[in-house]
Amino acid sequence: MPPTPTKTGHLVVIGHGPAAHRLIEAVRERDTEDYWQITVVGEEPRPAYDRVALTSYLTDGADLGYPAHDDAVRVRTGERVTAIDRAGRTVTTDAGETLGYDTLVLATGSVPFVPPVPGAGTAFVYRTIDDLDALRARAAGRASGVVVGGGLLGLEAARALQGLGLETHIVEMAPWLMARQLDEGGGAMLRRHIEALGLRVHTGVMLDRIEADAVRLAGDTVLPADVVVFSAGIRPRDELARAAGLEVGERGGVVVDDACRTGDPRIYAIGECALVGGQVYGLVGPCLSMAEVVADALFGGAARFAGADTSTQLKLMGVDVASFGDPSADALNVSYTDPVAGTYKRLVVSDDAGTLLGGVLVGDASAYPTLRACVGASLPAAPDRLLFGGTEAVAGAMTEETMVCSCNGVSAGTIRSAIADGGLTDLPAVKACTRAGTGCGSCVPLVKRILDEELTSAGIPVSRALCEHFDHTRAELFDIVRVRGITTFSGLIAECGRGRGCDICKPVVASILASLGTGHILDGERAGLQDTNDQFLANMQKNGTYSVVPRVPGGEITPEKLIVIGEVARDFGLYTKITGGQRIDMFGARVEQLPQIWKRLTEAGFESGHAYGKALRTVKSCVGSTWCRYGVQDSVGLAIRLELRYRGLRAPHKIKSAVSGCARECAEAQSKDFGVIATEKGWNLYVAGNGGMRPRHADLFATDLDTDTLIRYIDRFLMFYIRTADRLQRTASWLESLDGGIEYLRDVIVADRLGICDSLDAAMARHVEDYTDEWRATLDDPERLRRFVSFVNAPGTPDPSIVFEPERDQIKPVIPEVVFP
Amino acid sequence: MTEVLELAPVSAYWQGVCDYDDLPPEDGVCALVGGEQVALFRTHDGRVHALSNLDPFSGAYVLARGIVGSRGGVPTVASPMYKQVFDLTTGRCLDDPAVRVPVYRVRVSGTRVEVART
Repeated sequence: MPPTPTKTGHLVVIGHGPAAHRLIEAVRERDTEDYWQITVVGEEPRPAYDRVALTSYLTDGADLGYPAHDDAVRVRTGERVTAIDRAGRTVTTDAGETLGYDTLVLATGSVPFVPPVPGAGTAFVYRTIDDLDALRARAAGRASGVVVGGGLLGLEAARALQGLGLETHIVEMAPWLMARQLDEGGGAMLRRHIEALGLRVHTGVMLDRIEADAVRLAGDTVLPADVVVFSAGIRPRDELARAAGLEVGERGGVVVDDACRTGDPRIYAIGECALVGGQVYGLVGPCLSMAEVVADALFGGAARFAGADTSTQLKLMGVDVASFGDPSADALNVSYTDPVAGTYKRLVVSDDAGTLLGGVLVGDASAYPTLRACVGASLPAAPDRLLFGGTEAVAGAMTEETMVCSCNGVSAGTIRSAIADGGLTDLPAVKACTRAGTGCGSCVPLVKRILDEELTSAGIPVSRALCEHFDHTRAELFDIVRVRGITTFSGLIAECGRGRGCDICKPVVASILASLGTGHILDGERAGLQDTNDQFLANMQKNGTYSVVPRVPGGEITPEKLIVIGEVARDFGLYTKITGGQRIDMFGARVEQLPQIWKRLTEAGFESGHAYGKALRTVKSCVGSTWCRYGVQDSVGLAIRLELRYRGLRAPHKIKSAVSGCARECAEAQSKDFGVIATEKGWNLYVAGNGGMRPRHADLFATDLDTDTLIRYIDRFLMFYIRTADRLQRTASWLESLDGGIEYLRDVIVADRLGICDSLDAAMARHVEDYTDEWRATLDDPERLRRFVSFVNAPGTPDPSIVFEPERDQIKPVIPEVVFP
Repeated sequence: MTEVLELAPVSAYWQGVCDYDDLPPEDGVCALVGGEQVALFRTHDGRVHALSNLDPFSGAYVLARGIVGSRGGVPTVASPMYKQVFDLTTGRCLDDPAVRVPVYRVRVSGTRVEVART
């Protein structure tokens, strides 16, 4: 039905889930002539939403709605199609409407399978927002829950029940968890992780009956159950098709060809209701691919659904789980189990050890994107290298057909031609044009790799390298250090660099090591990696002297401490100035004076203010509700709490923050990397603001948060930034570089879209726990103090080149003539 | 120059400044040699290099506090002030070939590091 400018066609879509939503968006994108008049009929009381993220609706109240279709699309919600009249080309709805169509698309989805055991009628399912609302209402005030089904969705439901405060059991008939995706070893490792979280797992058991407050298993085991949730597979919704005389599969599903067309050329079926190539797909990726195929067909295209990669990667309750290819293939196995780290990895390779067939990863899925892309291809490296290596291990191994983005079904070939045809030169453009990397995001490193290779072969210079010593970005180095447990610069450069480093890569690596919390920044070779500021824990000024800034959390300081600062500055002859961050800077100290100055300051209870580091600087505050007539919250108390929490946190760049006690915003929180403004109900959180050279107003991230939630979001924001930002990239430009911007950030932090929140939370908890004052630790160690001399052969001699003259009752440096020998 | 070397008593010409172990690996320290500030650098191969401590771009005596590394295989130090990079073997500024800092002769004698006074 190719469109002609003079004609229109009516497209009716039955069902409004993710597949229908994608179909309609894909049609609207192509339909420059407004050929298709679209009506979508969905029985849920709301338009399509992101079903994959259902749990976050339950746990965080996340808004799952997709952006609305444009006005040209008629969306009928809360209405069910009751019959299809193929001869008359109409559908009838339960509202008594009859809608004519030229083309009809069935996107009716599926229903959860409820096994026919006695009492099953009282159980809940886990598919729609309404299901979850009902589940939540039931769970309130109850003690125990049972989830029937230990697959992907079942485990997610179990986590949700546990989150609702229920003692939760998982019952699975298969001999291990996630039996469709994992092998026995992977299932066993997953089980260990899940039981460690307090969930009880029963595998290889049959269900006998559901009772009022219990689940009875075959063999007389009885589990207490105030709430029972079935999550044991899906059944396609094919009843409309069946009644209309369309062919359906023996075990359900509307039979379609590889263009997703039914036996009636005017009717298509997509998503979970479709039986394509003899298979029903319950994963969102293939369902969206079907939507694209039909959208293409509606404009005369010849796209085909060529089966789907059912590889899966997800984070289940903090546990990385991935499977790819055919992990059950009968071939050679390379497996690795580390019970201490809780990791299980297995590769299945062909009998000649030449081709990767599939595999399973539990506990550490960092190798997943590369491995998945290699399935069906010859092994680009030794299996152990693949299991523990990064993206570099697969360079050049991707054929045109290699499925890079399985969420959106984008192959390496598609990405390559998009780059060549569209003249694309950066990652955001490639993502926008191909959709690759816009799903779960796990393939983004591969997409970037393809882009770089294409640009290079086209002769377009591309440098993602940090410097001549590393071909990696800071974020990649961060992951390499983190995943491989590297603790020294030498170790890292031996692993993936060359030469001996420089003033660009060395501080980056020092900062990464510090962010990961491995030891004092001046120990061993670490000292030599630091910029002079970090090496002397002070800020170098233009004449080679240093300035000293003790921490004054929240800008609150006692008279006694003020006097100490005054006395120290007077005794060492330092110039003093109040900083913009509500503290006091003392200038003009020589290196050998720094320990003496800090001995005095430390004894008076001061700590390093990290003014020298790429780290949290200050959390500024107004005086807040304790004193201010207008304040609605204690901004000083919160600022102090935040500053003490994040003190010493090393980052790609400095981090500034502020807390205002009311909407008057006296602390200027909206110009900070993270800013907090009090409301009557709690706190509003702003992120990615910036003063400085390129001022940027912060974005409102979330409103009316309680203090614990606020801190949790800030924890994640900071750790996500630290892990992924480029060298010297402030949060402002980092956020601008994130594809999807603030919405995406919210998705990651609030809805845990990447499944990394547990890891971010743990990293911050470790930082908080491990914090020690760098200056105190330095004073306590003669080895660290050795470098604090002007001259190695005359430790007591001050540098004679440092000279001051008076100005306004204080000192100022005399700058020597600048000489060019 | 050769004559000077032959005429001068060796002990007066080579001045010991510190123990080799006083030099942190891949890092720098400063020594006072006859009133001049000499920046000493120990590179990863164990060799010792000596440059004037005066950063010609800022006029501050700070080169010993720069980051030691390499550029294209040449051992380097980056000034901590404005980050220009200098070749440790020649004193040449790699970011501005018109600029060069003085290089001192340096040797390790037993456990001692000695600098040749000029």
